[in-house]
Amino acid sequence: MALKLEIAPESITAYLSGEIDHHSASYLREKIDDVIEKNSPKELTMDFSAVTFMDSSGIGLVMGRYKLMAETGGVIILTGLDKTTEKVMKIAGLEKLVKIQKGGK
Amino acid sequence: MKFKTINKMKLEFESRSVNEAFARTAVSAFISSLDPTVEEISDIKTAVSEAVTNSIVHGYENQIGKITIEGEIKENNKIIIKIKDKGCGIKDVQKAKEPLFTTCTTGERAGLGFAVMESMMDKIKVNSTYHKGTTVTMEKIINSKDNENV
Repeated sequence: MALKLEIAPESITAYLSGEIDHHSASYLREKIDDVIEKNSPKELTMDFSAVTFMDSSGIGLVMGRYKLMAETGGVIILTGLDKTTEKVMKIAGLEKLVKIQKGGK
Repeated sequence: MKFKTINKMKLEFESRSVNEAFARTAVSAFISSLDPTVEEISDIKTAVSEAVTNSIVHGYENQIGKITIEGEIKENNKIIIKIKDKGCGIKDVQKAKEPLFTTCTTGERAGLGFAVMESMMDKIKVNSTYHKGTTVTMEKIINSKDNENV
């Protein structure tokens, strides 16, 4: 599991890669929350293009960040979802809370 | 009609979160002889990961115990995966299976483990005895390979 963060004045892009499960989610959560708290971005983009596996821990990861961003009126955009990842996100109805951008892998 | 078992395996490991990846990878290797599609492999890995995570987080409440996985491949390309723990068990299985229900208080678990398992597999059965442990049995027919027996 690796994470690359791109910080612009009003937006942050988190490039996630590898496997997202309960084991790896806490690391991602800490790193992403840290930059949200320091920068209070209007927009957080989570890019899943390089994610090779994700279970419901990924839902928790997005939902937790959604709550944090909503505190300051910020929004979340998900991009690069593959078939299974999108299926998992939709079980949670996450498409109602965040914007899912097409044109990933 | 009853179908014959053509392969079986049994796996035991400690309830450490690092083993979530080991468990789902091992199961996907076991079923690889059926030539599943990428999507079928992802579905099964996701369901296994949910059940194993439940055993670690809820069954053993992050203490170290043993988790057993039994796998079976039937003649009709059906796979049966049993994930067993001897943890605290589930008080109310019906309640636990409800989408968004979670006993986790940190807000980082979505409460969708069983909902995900149900959507990825054809059938899910949960047997749980309070204070004794939980067994989740899941089944799925792998469609990708032509089935000569039907």
